[in-house]
Amino acid sequence: MATSEVVHAHAAPQGFIRKYIFSLDHKVIGLQYFFLALTAVWVGMILSLLMRIHLIWPGANIPLIGHIQPETYLSLLTMHGTIMVFFVLTTAPQGGFGNYFLPIQIGAPDMAFPVLNMLSFWTTFVAFVVMLAAFFVTGGAPLHGWTGYPPLSAIQSSGPGEGLGADLWITSIAIFCAASLMGALNFITTTLDLRAKGMTLFRMPLTVWSWFITAILGLLAFGVLLSAGILLLMDRNLGTSFFLPTIVVNGQLMGHKGGSPLLWQHLFWFFGHPEVYIAILPGMGVASQVLSTFSRKPIFGYRAMVYAMLAIGFLGFMVWGHHMFMSGMSPYSAFAFSLLTMGIGVPSAIKTFNWLGTIHKGRVRFYTPMLFAVGFVSLFVSGGLSGPFLAQPTLDIPLHDTAFVVGHFHLIMGVAAIFGIFAATYYWFPKMFGRMMNENMGKIHFWFTFIGTYCIFMPMHYLGMAGQPRRYSQFTEVAYLHHLIPLNRFLTYAAIVTISAQLVFVINLFWSMFKGQKATDNPWEATTLEWTTATPPPHDNFGGHTPVVNHGPYEYGVPGAARDFVMQTDPAGSPAH
Amino acid sequence: MSTLAPKLAVKDPRIGEGGGTPPSFGGGGGGNSGGSGAFDYGERLRRARLGLVLGLTAVIMLFVGFTSALLVRKGLPSFDAQTNTYSRDWVTVYLPWTLLVINTAVLLISSVTMELARRAIIRKAALAPVKSIPGVSLGEETNFPWLGSTVVLGLGFLVGQFLVYHILQERHIFVNRGPSSSFAYLLFGTHAVHLAGGVIALMYAACTSWLLHKPVEAQRIAIDVTAWYWHFMALLWMYIMVLLVLVR
Amino acid sequence: MGLALLAVIWLITFVSTYFFIWHPWWLPAGVSAAAAAIDRQFNFTYIAMGIVFVAAQCALGLFVWQYRDRGSASKPVDYSHGNTTLEIAWTLLTAVLFVGLNLMGSQIWAAERFEPASASALPVEVTGMQFAWYFRYAGPDGKFGNTSPKLMDPSSGSEAAIGLDTGDPAAKDDVVTGTMFLPVNRQVDLTLRAVDVIHSLFIPNMRFKQDAVPGLAIHMHITPTQIGDYEIACAELCGLGHYKMHGMVKVVSQEDFDKWLAAREAEKQ
Repeated sequence: MATSEVVHAHAAPQGFIRKYIFSLDHKVIGLQYFFLALTAVWVGMILSLLMRIHLIWPGANIPLIGHIQPETYLSLLTMHGTIMVFFVLTTAPQGGFGNYFLPIQIGAPDMAFPVLNMLSFWTTFVAFVVMLAAFFVTGGAPLHGWTGYPPLSAIQSSGPGEGLGADLWITSIAIFCAASLMGALNFITTTLDLRAKGMTLFRMPLTVWSWFITAILGLLAFGVLLSAGILLLMDRNLGTSFFLPTIVVNGQLMGHKGGSPLLWQHLFWFFGHPEVYIAILPGMGVASQVLSTFSRKPIFGYRAMVYAMLAIGFLGFMVWGHHMFMSGMSPYSAFAFSLLTMGIGVPSAIKTFNWLGTIHKGRVRFYTPMLFAVGFVSLFVSGGLSGPFLAQPTLDIPLHDTAFVVGHFHLIMGVAAIFGIFAATYYWFPKMFGRMMNENMGKIHFWFTFIGTYCIFMPMHYLGMAGQPRRYSQFTEVAYLHHLIPLNRFLTYAAIVTISAQLVFVINLFWSMFKGQKATDNPWEATTLEWTTATPPPHDNFGGHTPVVNHGPYEYGVPGAARDFVMQTDPAGSPAH
Repeated sequence: MSTLAPKLAVKDPRIGEGGGTPPSFGGGGGGNSGGSGAFDYGERLRRARLGLVLGLTAVIMLFVGFTSALLVRKGLPSFDAQTNTYSRDWVTVYLPWTLLVINTAVLLISSVTMELARRAIIRKAALAPVKSIPGVSLGEETNFPWLGSTVVLGLGFLVGQFLVYHILQERHIFVNRGPSSSFAYLLFGTHAVHLAGGVIALMYAACTSWLLHKPVEAQRIAIDVTAWYWHFMALLWMYIMVLLVLVR
Repeated sequence: MGLALLAVIWLITFVSTYFFIWHPWWLPAGVSAAAAAIDRQFNFTYIAMGIVFVAAQCALGLFVWQYRDRGSASKPVDYSHGNTTLEIAWTLLTAVLFVGLNLMGSQIWAAERFEPASASALPVEVTGMQFAWYFRYAGPDGKFGNTSPKLMDPSSGSEAAIGLDTGDPAAKDDVVTGTMFLPVNRQVDLTLRAVDVIHSLFIPNMRFKQDAVPGLAIHMHITPTQIGDYEIACAELCGLGHYKMHGMVKVVSQEDFDKWLAAREAEKQ
């Protein structure tokens, strides 16, 4: 039996720095990503809380911050979106859980390139620091939205924060691109090359498939974002005109000419659309994993699930124009993009039917991970079904750049994807820390968050239909918005309650790490490889031996088996494949 | 296969001949096909090459972004508010072609020296088990510093590119003079940055040989991966030259 | 817990649906020729999606309760890896529904966007800048005079704001205002321009939205069908004053419009 030194497996490191700071162990790196994302999400949530407070009480004097000006509101908005999309949704599911569990779930002792893995985390960390630095420079953080459309983002005098703050913002994103590309490279190589004996592609858990496909999307998309960022930095600082036509800003004729603002939009959204699938695919993988585990049933339609994720990934590169229906782009292109966008709704629907099919005729156990997985499905349905409205250019005419869009992407990314992260946390916490999280606190956290986020984001659809535009720092100037302020007030109260409820999660997380009930190796009676090894796993994941896989990943409720589940490493000859 | 055959042909079962086998993605055999307790360098080489291919894919996407921006920008008429008409503002940029051709030659020659260095290390790695047999002599070994030559040529290319920059400045062809010059600076600059990274990688690969005394198989992997990266840089350069000629 | 999930999911579903049906907050009344078709497509979509929404959420809630683990009272699970026939069936149905919806809406899109304005449409040029909208009428000569960025000076009034070249003969009869007057039931050929950053002309009542992009002069047509005042909001983030970059469209009868325009022309003499 081959030993674990097939990959350049290093002996367990000694010393605090090598063990916890510059560790090469994918498990430590995964936790580093996780805690980075945890920090980022609190920054992002506080920013959104300040935004919602300002919308309702524009004259309010916030402690430590003072009065929020309209331009400050836009900076809060920009940084909220950027930090959440990049440092939470692209980091926690993939860099966090993917890093920790991909090698274990395929039976490998570590990632293919441990040094690169360590570098990719620290590069992400540097990117985060640079992003936060934008708050503290002259002019503050940029106000051009996470989408950064030029000319607004390309002219230093177009508004406060568009000076050094915007340069730092772009630089941070460029650094983040490099970090993501390093990570993507590692994930793909590991999945293709380090699977244990018997772990064929179609025996991989759906979580592994989701991380693998997400990495491919990242590999192809982040390079284009980097190219756009470089062009924007050049326009801002070197006087080039990639994106800038002849314009007069603040009474001053700028020296640029001939460029196209739409070029930025094409480049950005060519990245931006795959990015949102990067944000949701791991959550879909976790949902499948958790639903199957706690329904005690195989996932319904495993192969269909794989093909659906592949289709989503592939089609995800062809639909970017649906963000640009109103941009001045050719209406014929709009038609083509809209057909493809409706097409991408089909594999998403298939996945939803399969999740329902997994619960159907199962035996559901209501532990906290399962609650969040069920919540994920509900939120995915809600967020997904507002998509077909926006995918039709005709309907996009009234709805583009309104709160309807904000409600749509928050339900899908800001809530469903986050529920995927929560489900993963509650599910894998015992394996990572050797203790159980508190079930009662978990349930409280779930109920407040599930109901709270619906209260915040479902009404945004109504606001959007009524014509409330995005990115308005106040609703006092446009007369037809006045009657929408009461509903906005309700949203703000819901946000205050929901954000506060997240403290329950944080307290549960840290308290349980030290004081939680000790966990067995397989507390959920699950089948995949991480549950065959010790809790927490040893340095080389499997304690000196390499697992041999004989079964598929979701063999629950196998007729004739001794227990109601067959682990992937159980001897061959047990029923099914 | 290399035309410079070793004086003593030894086939090492752990390492493929010459170029190595392409990575295999099927089955689950990746983890355990290793030898008896030692590092499986064949597998590590394959893995490193796979990683490189993926990394190069990302670099390609960066230049795909630049290329599409160039094509759009060149072809796009813009509404000129001064004249109230749509017009295109792409003007031919007069690059110092002679110098660029010289730089191209330098880079291509460096690719040749790089390849020779790569094949030399393959031979060295193949012969390593034989050399350790006492009493066996391999006769005369030429030890031409192909790797060092590549580093020198690479640095020469970068110096040449700096001269190109200097000439453009002298001719007042600044980065912001027009879109055609902006793209020239952009493509040359990004390529030079990536090439400089390659030079650093080469120097690291050289160090693993001399300073760190890593096993020759590990050196082989470092040099192999860097060599393919280096060849890619040459290909990328040719692509940039052709593109700039076509859009003149 | 299963019952709690069922109850909450069903409650959320019914409350959301209730507000969609009762709609205290909804699309404002449509007052353009395009509005009826857009609203019809909207209703069709939201009924279709609404049915799917209710069905999926109710199924989810029902299943987690119906198939909860009741210990020995539960039936054994259905050890199934899926059902290919079912997969194909619901894939096809979904595809037909989504693509069908899309194709239905495409005809409206084509009518709105593939065809240019008719020759008899009233030409109005819209210029967006941080943070105001200006509207220009060509006057009796039917031609818009030249503008130049070098002549732009918003502090000196509407004409200087868009940089009107008063030396150009065609510009002499151009009327520039901060409010858009339109005659009812007549097609308007809008030309959208932007001076500094991207803005977006959004007239909710007319179901009209189009980005105004610097470097482009974008033609759109609308036909107002009801007299009244309709607010304009900017729908593309344009800087710190984005929230107050609003305007007004006043739709009046053709005679009132002619009178108004004549009065503006007279002021210029």
